[in-house]
Amino acid sequence: MKGNEALAEAAIQAGCRHFFGYPITPQTELAAYMSKRMPKIGGTYLQAESEIAAINMVLGAASAGVRAMTSSSSPGISLKGEGISYIAGSDLPALIINVQRGGPGLGGIQPSQADYWQATKALGHGDFQILVFAPSTVQEMVDLVSDAFDLADTYRMPAMILADGMLGQMMEPVEIRSNEHKKPIEKPWATTGHQNKRVHNVVNSLYLQPKDLERLVRERFARYEVIKQKEQRAEEYLTEDADLVLVAYGASSRVARSAVNKAREQGFKVGLVRPITLWPFPTDVLQKNAKTAKGFLCVEMSMGQMVDDVRLAVNGAVPVDFYGRTGGMIPSPAEILTKMKEILGGAQ
Amino acid sequence: MPEFGNFIIVCGHYGCGKTNFSMNLAVRLTEEGRKVTMVDLDLVNPYFRTSDYAPVLEKKGIRLVAPVFAHSNLDLPAMPAEIETVFSIRDGTVIIDVGGDDAGATALGRYAGRIREMEGVQMLYLINRYRALTKSPEEAAALLREIETACRLKATGVVNNSHLQNNTTAQDVEASMDFARRTAELLSLPLVLTTAPRRLQEELSAKIPDLFPVDRYVTPPWEVMG
Repeated sequence: MKGNEALAEAAIQAGCRHFFGYPITPQTELAAYMSKRMPKIGGTYLQAESEIAAINMVLGAASAGVRAMTSSSSPGISLKGEGISYIAGSDLPALIINVQRGGPGLGGIQPSQADYWQATKALGHGDFQILVFAPSTVQEMVDLVSDAFDLADTYRMPAMILADGMLGQMMEPVEIRSNEHKKPIEKPWATTGHQNKRVHNVVNSLYLQPKDLERLVRERFARYEVIKQKEQRAEEYLTEDADLVLVAYGASSRVARSAVNKAREQGFKVGLVRPITLWPFPTDVLQKNAKTAKGFLCVEMSMGQMVDDVRLAVNGAVPVDFYGRTGGMIPSPAEILTKMKEILGGAQ
Repeated sequence: MPEFGNFIIVCGHYGCGKTNFSMNLAVRLTEEGRKVTMVDLDLVNPYFRTSDYAPVLEKKGIRLVAPVFAHSNLDLPAMPAEIETVFSIRDGTVIIDVGGDDAGATALGRYAGRIREMEGVQMLYLINRYRALTKSPEEAAALLREIETACRLKATGVVNNSHLQNNTTAQDVEASMDFARRTAELLSLPLVLTTAPRRLQEELSAKIPDLFPVDRYVTPPWEVMG
């Protein structure tokens, strides 16, 4: 399947029946797929009048306890920022998919990873985080959509799949399993109608007393600490004896992996840590590697964003280098290999 | 192997393998001594398109005609004037790689009048049993009707391009034959050929009629060492 279609089908298999979107290259196939599938299975596909409308429809649907989602690409995600902040402030689960393209501004339609800061640090105003997952294959996109819905429900917070145009547009064989047999996560807070049997539920992000708002934000941050301890995910590849450990996520991790294989063929001891969750950031695995590696090389399709979190995790123990391309350009395995040799050569 | 004329149009579902098949066909016909021109008529997909593989074509001596803005950040449905030249080529073969689905085929409709006046045009409909939304013969047949309506041209044959990329096994190809035959039957069209990765050629050639071995040209950037 095409990456974008696989994301859509995975959401359907995870029980999502409410999709609200607005077209933008390079994620449009996701919405197009939903428009064909949702009517056949009794779901709702709605092309809203704008990204802002779409994200607020997600807020409404999520308030009623259903699995709701939207998808877009970089400029569209900026527009959704306000709504995402409201969803986080209302403690609602929802899935947001960002198939990144070049920026800033209207940018371009080729793949990019320049929305890392936005996704992990500043998706909207206010004190909040969302879960951010970074798949690197079409199969992993499918698997993470299901996990993202589950964890969003568990922790009552929005989750994002941070993909990029390359992953969204590429074709790969994929196996999709239905998750609908799973026991749904109870949502006693949902506004489903009290029928005079219980006190009515309120979904809200406005608090008139500062002390109430502070208490709620603190409660939310206590939950974030639990998530940081329990939900970090990363994949390690040939790191055991590695002098230089590459750190890359998503499409660039596949380029990095090719470069690692090539370097190993030439006798260089290099490995790769691939973050799968970007928030919570997999700090633990990097700290572990910082004890054995002589250095890190972060590879991104940006001017260097995740590298900040790598440096925070490594905390000065060893040097952290960076290599990136931006504006829709993709680093090549050969470029990364050259950079690795430059670093390793310097260390000798 | 079926006869190929001098004007071949390749259409089908998004991602069914049109570009990879078109490139294989172009290479094969070039090796047979023909002068081949490939036209990238995909105005709907900014990624994994013929123009991305221009260096491969150039090396093989295949001429490429592509939208001016292909490979750029401009998502603009504009044709190059050069396309006009391909309808009057008398001493070579033209392969037109059309964009996916009816949306992609709409661009072809721009030239329907010219193409209908030509003789011996082959319009091949590529199908892949392992592709979502066209897994049944009925779905595959319905999609061709949409494509034909959009481009105002009729397909002349079906190409069974059922595959799972590098994971394709001989069994996968064999298991797609019923689907391919049934789709062709529903459309009242001949099943022109069946593709398979070249590594499976020996194993399958006795079992599959009109087997067309293909190489993989359409690859993601991490499979290119450069």
